[in-house]
Amino acid sequence: MSTVTPNANAASEEAVRQVPDAQGRFGQFGGRYVPETLTKALEELTHEYAKAKQDPDFQAELNELLHRFVGRPSPLYHAARLSKQLGGAQIWLKREDLNHTGAHKINNTLGQALLTLRMKKTRVIAETGAGQHGVASATACAHFGLPCVVYMGAEDVRRQKPNVFSMRLMGAEVRPVESGSRTLRDAVNEAMRDWMSSVEHTHYIIGSVIGPHPFPMMVRDFQSVIGRECREQCLSSFGKLPDTIVACVGGGSNAAGMFFPFVEDRSVRMVGVEAGGRGAAPGDHASPLTYGSPGVLHGSYSYVMQDEDGQTSDVHSMSAGLDYPGVGPEHSYWKDASRVEYTSCRDDEALGAFDFLARNEGILTALETCHAVAKATEIAKTMSPDQHLVICLSGRGDKDAAELARLRGQEW
Amino acid sequence: MTAIDDLFTRLRASGKKALMPFITAGDPNLPFTSKVLLRLQELGCSMAEVGIPYSDPIADGPVIQASYTRALANKVKLDQIFHQIAGTQPSLSMPLVSMVSYAIIHRHGPARYIESAKAAGFSGAIVPDLLVEESAPFAILCREHDFNLVQLVTPTTPQDRALKIAEQSSGFLYFVSVTGITGERTQLPDGLVDRVGWLRERTKLPICIGFGISKPEHVRLLSPVCDGLIVGSAIVRCLEKAHESEANAIASAAELVSSLLAALES
Ligand SMILES: Cc1ncc(COP(=O)(O)O)c(C=O)c1O
Repeated sequence: MSTVTPNANAASEEAVRQVPDAQGRFGQFGGRYVPETLTKALEELTHEYAKAKQDPDFQAELNELLHRFVGRPSPLYHAARLSKQLGGAQIWLKREDLNHTGAHKINNTLGQALLTLRMKKTRVIAETGAGQHGVASATACAHFGLPCVVYMGAEDVRRQKPNVFSMRLMGAEVRPVESGSRTLRDAVNEAMRDWMSSVEHTHYIIGSVIGPHPFPMMVRDFQSVIGRECREQCLSSFGKLPDTIVACVGGGSNAAGMFFPFVEDRSVRMVGVEAGGRGAAPGDHASPLTYGSPGVLHGSYSYVMQDEDGQTSDVHSMSAGLDYPGVGPEHSYWKDASRVEYTSCRDDEALGAFDFLARNEGILTALETCHAVAKATEIAKTMSPDQHLVICLSGRGDKDAAELARLRGQEW
Repeated sequence: MTAIDDLFTRLRASGKKALMPFITAGDPNLPFTSKVLLRLQELGCSMAEVGIPYSDPIADGPVIQASYTRALANKVKLDQIFHQIAGTQPSLSMPLVSMVSYAIIHRHGPARYIESAKAAGFSGAIVPDLLVEESAPFAILCREHDFNLVQLVTPTTPQDRALKIAEQSSGFLYFVSVTGITGERTQLPDGLVDRVGWLRERTKLPICIGFGISKPEHVRLLSPVCDGLIVGSAIVRCLEKAHESEANAIASAAELVSSLLAALES
């Protein structure tokens, strides 16, 4: 395997990479803004995770699961027809959609389920938006024999029905959340409230790089298998690092896992794509990095959509997994450090990308992921055919078939 | 020395305990909030906790959540809350403490929050999502402004940490009775009296117990080991039908508060 291009400016890049600090701060972002009741469990988790990280047995068990249960490594696929159609960069798809359960979420839930056992906790709770994290949590819990309760906004229960059914088939209890906007944000609130009462025997498997320390760091680490594999696969497939990487950003876990192993490689341009919904007006999108401001939500300090009083604003995306007013603190850090560019993609653009990938490559992509695909195709057109662009294909689209039919007024 | 410090000095000198009701500002409207505060004072409550409605309250159960939702649905704003309280201040002799998420304080600007709250007549703040580790910069500002920052200990707080939190808290220490969210409980956890007693021997700071307290027998059980009792959901529930009849809502809250005050006296 070829060696990696040396860094021009290793010292400062090291600084960008060595986050968070012991308090869970990514620069000014992150930290822990939660009720005191949760502190003990967060400390315990921090401690157990630090131990597990150093423990070869833990790593071996996780790697074995990722290999034989999940099917990793996921392929890096050259979308030759798509590339040719666009006439720009060579487009490569990191196929997280081919993982067991159909998305990147399983990388994280298996890691956290193993930690649950190590901490001798006997029950798992999770929140979910698109249902992919719920399914991945239900799967990990079925695998290990842990009872699992998944909180899901009632609106998301409606628009991601197939995943609700899958979770129940695997023995998880899905609790629809009727409060607030009845979406992901409300599901996180309810899961946190459950945890406030159950914290002594329950582990809360947060599904993205959000929440109080150590979650943003730990989930990023578990998802970094995406970027690590991708880096090696780029080197072996086309002999160098990619020029550009594009990923969608809801809470930001597939993007963080993809980007993190490339953070020091300044030659690699990285683009995170948020949900642009119906447009730039307040309430019409879910793009805190593009339109929001720093604030506190769900236990950490990060960009968020909020009003002048600090109340969380309503957001919109047709995609349940991106329909969230906050984002992981490390993305806020990367944004302010200008290491990653963040942009947003509207519902209609994402729908166009769904069809484009379906017709040209025979891949049905999750609506979340379509946001990355749409922006990537735009960017690829501005690049030359000897350049390489990687898209994190975070999930498959089966779950969205019925909702797509509804959005288009077609029969399902 | 804030009005809260002063209150507990007086109460301790006379061997009395505080009853501290919690109400949500602006549920269902701000003039009603003032009316309730004045009635609570008239009944003999020592101080009151005013909840600043927040969109994502993680430590709150359904009753308080719903009251925040009602207030926010009526578009209550922080500046209006301060304005209303300031207008009521001339008739209020009992101290007020705000219960407020750090999300709101951060957005308002920590120094500006303290200044506006103080100008309105608040003596301090309880910030349920600001852990002692994260609180240093805000705590310094509070001290500079002679504004209390009330910290919380919970059943999951280890003893050495509880001592550290007590050291950092001012005004009083909020002892959360249960591992969980706000809401009435019929039964309080075993060992609560002992745990509060343990801490009370080790700090000079007044200790008030809250979460779950709703019945005279709770008051009788706990008042000997603490300086005050905080009653939230039970009162907010009495007030939740205010949009139908304000008088009935206030009467029902007054009945509850009177029964708790009687238990405190006995
Ligand atoms: C396929 C897929 N991609 C992306 C996301 C967004 O989450 P994150 O930004 O944490 O990767 C989700 C969330 O449900 C998802 O299911």
